[in-house]
Amino acid sequence: MRHGLGLLALACATLGAALAHATVIGPSMVEDAAVLGEGFPAKLSDFGFFRDAARQKPDEFVFPYALNTPLWSDGADKLRFVYVPEGTQLEADGEGLLRFPVGSAIIKTFAFGEGADRRLIETRVLLHRANGWVALPYRWNAEQTEATLALAGGRIDLTTPAGEAISYAIPNKNQCKTCHSIDNKVVPIGPKARNLSPAWLGQMAKQGVLDTVPAVTQHLPVWAARKARDPAEPLARAYLDVNCAHCHQPGGGASNSGLDLRWEQRDTHAFGIGKRPVAAGRGAGEYDFAIVAGHPDESILLYRMASSEPGIAMPELGKASVDREGVAMVRRWISEMRR
Amino acid sequence: MNRLALAALLLASAAPLAAETHRVEAGEGGGTRLQETLILAAPGDVIELAEGRFALTDGLSLDVDGVTVRGAGMDKTVLDFTGQQGAGEGLLVTSDNVTLRDFAVENPKGDGIKSKGADMIVYSGIRVEWTGGPKATNGAYGIYPVESTGVLVTNSKVSGASDAGIYVGQSRDITVSENIVTYNVAGIEIENSRNALVTNNIASKNTGGLLVFDLPGLPVMGGGNVILRENIVSDNDTPNFAPPGNIVASVRRGTGVLVMANDGVLIEGNAFENNPTAHVMVIAYTQPFEDARYNPYARNVIVGPNAFGRGGDDPQLDGKEQLLEAFGGALPPVLWDGIEEDGNGLKIAPGVTGWTLNLTKSGQSLAEAQPGPLMLTPLEKWEFPEVGAPAALEARLK
Repeated sequence: MRHGLGLLALACATLGAALAHATVIGPSMVEDAAVLGEGFPAKLSDFGFFRDAARQKPDEFVFPYALNTPLWSDGADKLRFVYVPEGTQLEADGEGLLRFPVGSAIIKTFAFGEGADRRLIETRVLLHRANGWVALPYRWNAEQTEATLALAGGRIDLTTPAGEAISYAIPNKNQCKTCHSIDNKVVPIGPKARNLSPAWLGQMAKQGVLDTVPAVTQHLPVWAARKARDPAEPLARAYLDVNCAHCHQPGGGASNSGLDLRWEQRDTHAFGIGKRPVAAGRGAGEYDFAIVAGHPDESILLYRMASSEPGIAMPELGKASVDREGVAMVRRWISEMRR
Repeated sequence: MNRLALAALLLASAAPLAAETHRVEAGEGGGTRLQETLILAAPGDVIELAEGRFALTDGLSLDVDGVTVRGAGMDKTVLDFTGQQGAGEGLLVTSDNVTLRDFAVENPKGDGIKSKGADMIVYSGIRVEWTGGPKATNGAYGIYPVESTGVLVTNSKVSGASDAGIYVGQSRDITVSENIVTYNVAGIEIENSRNALVTNNIASKNTGGLLVFDLPGLPVMGGGNVILRENIVSDNDTPNFAPPGNIVASVRRGTGVLVMANDGVLIEGNAFENNPTAHVMVIAYTQPFEDARYNPYARNVIVGPNAFGRGGDDPQLDGKEQLLEAFGGALPPVLWDGIEEDGNGLKIAPGVTGWTLNLTKSGQSLAEAQPGPLMLTPLEKWEFPEVGAPAALEARLK
């Protein structure tokens, strides 16, 4: 039995026609033509992903999710959703990226501020079309009533939760791809089974949105739930996987660096220990190696994470300030390494 | 005529859409308009940049095959990145069959123009310049094609790069011709690449003029079949201003040509003048490495006939005074570390003179050097493969 209308039908069958008026699960309002068509819809509302976009209340077929360890973007709050059209399913693929059917979409809204002060800044959509994924950025208006296509990206002055005034960059369409690409094809990054909670995976499978609950040896740690004495290695490796490995892996945007920061990479040289820079330029600072075990202050990787200056700062896109908590975790991991 | 109307006209014949030309003016919002045009271009389109300065706050990128981006001239159309706030380079190209010509990129915070996995690319009449002169805070590479097959860089100028002015990395079938590279740490660098022709360039006032490297630990290795022919390599005496940690930070001020760990390099017909450390230096990779795929030796390096002028007279080398005294005031033009694999190291044409450190293994300390004159039997003739970019790239500029 399929989710959505299928569940509604099931409810009707078991509980009788008396419940047929149930509107808990109604027909989807998503415009599949906007998701699947060739064009770039001008407004976020053209997709119909949200019943109430300003409050980020999604359509019935648009499912919120969270990542155990999320990408850090100047401290933005992120509201994540997947749209899975009626009659289709996500498919598990081991602990890696879930397989998305054509016609599905991934939606991520970036917001700053708490409670009533929350401002939606941008919503990025990844559309799975017949000939591949397309990534588009939408910028929210000041009235918070609509987000419009920002093909060329844009900048907005804001203050981060850490209190820093920054010029926040909305990526342009090509920059979306800079991160979301393997072998020059656009791909999703976040929804890997290992970075999703077992509870969410179970719920999705139960609703029929996901074909089966994938077996995962080790889920990435839940970053927000970490405690001071938790071992640094899994947290740091998860952080690097999520924040860096979309480029720093074979086939990724920074493949030519030879640095591979994926969670599953076990070769210590490949993930930076004793690895010399290749094309780092002044990003190398005064240092010789990506990571010097036991010496965070001699490690290029940490030097670049701790910078917000273009040409030095890593990641190159999506950050205007420094993630102090991320830096602290990677620092602890490198410090604790035996030489 | 707009594309849709044209499409309707052409529908009957089912011919492909004709390429359009999009003109982008400089001035207010120019950066945004240019980026939008780069995104919305269709394969085959021409993007024409008007004369003037485009002030950019973010990196630009192109991901559409077959697009030509053409300015009004390298001194007339300027993409000015002085106020850049984000991205790792000025312009990033990730699509194939792209032609970039006749515009300038000034003061990018990172690299100038990078093309990655962008096959069959042409750079022609491009200027990349850090206008404050040589500084460690300048970006690393001016023109930076990497992981590409079919690369032509021609008629361009790069100045001020804190690594290499023109850097071709992990690529194949390359021609770098008729460029002027000045005040960079390395003028032109061919790294981990095969089948490269570097010809008719002027490399002057860099720390090192022309570099041919093979480095370990990269996805693409096995660099070789490189020809350096008929270049002018002069006055490369700018003190090294590369940030420490980068491989080029080890380049000695005053190096004309540096070959490090490569298989098949031919150096012929060049004019060398006033490179105070060495006109030509041929060495093995100097640092420890763990990569089993890597060969650290300089193999099959041929120094053919070249015009060697004054040089080697103020070398940035330990024991400089004794060396100069021993060699009569100036070192001979070719410096070899003496390290070779199976007797397959350096070869010279008749009349080429040099000196050797007489080292024997890769990574050996310079303190163990036993300098002496180069005593090699000259080659009367040799065979070397024809290399370079596919002719179609040059033809595109006609």
